[in-house]
Amino acid sequence: MQEAAFDLGAEANAFVARQRGVGAIVTFTGIVRDLDDAPLHHMQIEHYPGMTEKALSKIAEDAAGRWALGDILILHRYGRLAPDDAIMMVATASRHRRDAFEAAMFLMDFLKSRAPFWKKEETAEGADWVAAKADDEAALKDWT
Amino acid sequence: MDVLYFAWVRERIGLPRETVETEAETVQDLVNELRRRERRYDLAFSDTSALRVAVDQELCDFDMPLKGAREVAFFPPMTGG
Repeated sequence: MQEAAFDLGAEANAFVARQRGVGAIVTFTGIVRDLDDAPLHHMQIEHYPGMTEKALSKIAEDAAGRWALGDILILHRYGRLAPDDAIMMVATASRHRRDAFEAAMFLMDFLKSRAPFWKKEETAEGADWVAAKADDEAALKDWT
Repeated sequence: MDVLYFAWVRERIGLPRETVETEAETVQDLVNELRRRERRYDLAFSDTSALRVAVDQELCDFDMPLKGAREVAFFPPMTGG
């Protein structure tokens, strides 16, 4: 967790440099998306210090238990972000691509609905909390 | 016991955390107690199906016993990623 922006290329390179004997690395980056109806001024991300670390560790442990992974990286920002800013990234390393891809999808699905972050969108009209999507909750069932 | 509020729950109640003296046996009992306090609590907790709760930083159900709990947090469904 960090408030500051991160350098996607530098983080990805550092992650690659830490691996030994892997054959595949997958990275995913989430970006602050502009809105369809009113231009987004900022996105405020709140989190639950203490629980966030525990929840992310648990999600990473679950992924490590399901797939043969060399390593996992989860980076997530909080605070005030602007459109097109990177919000978060995950990286997975494995001997084979399928494990790396599936583990990255799993991490993202659980980060969406099981890590204590909340997003608020600020536009000229005011500010609104982003509602959780039923699809995101349903996606978790595909993993059970 | 420390009670924490996040996102719109925090905004509706008007504070991020408070210490509550309570004999509540479960999360639901605590919710009922808080709702009786003041209208802003009553409104924030009017539909608990729209809320999530964590006891000592672990997600749980509203029937979770509070014996030995140090920290209870209420918040809307999470929107990470």
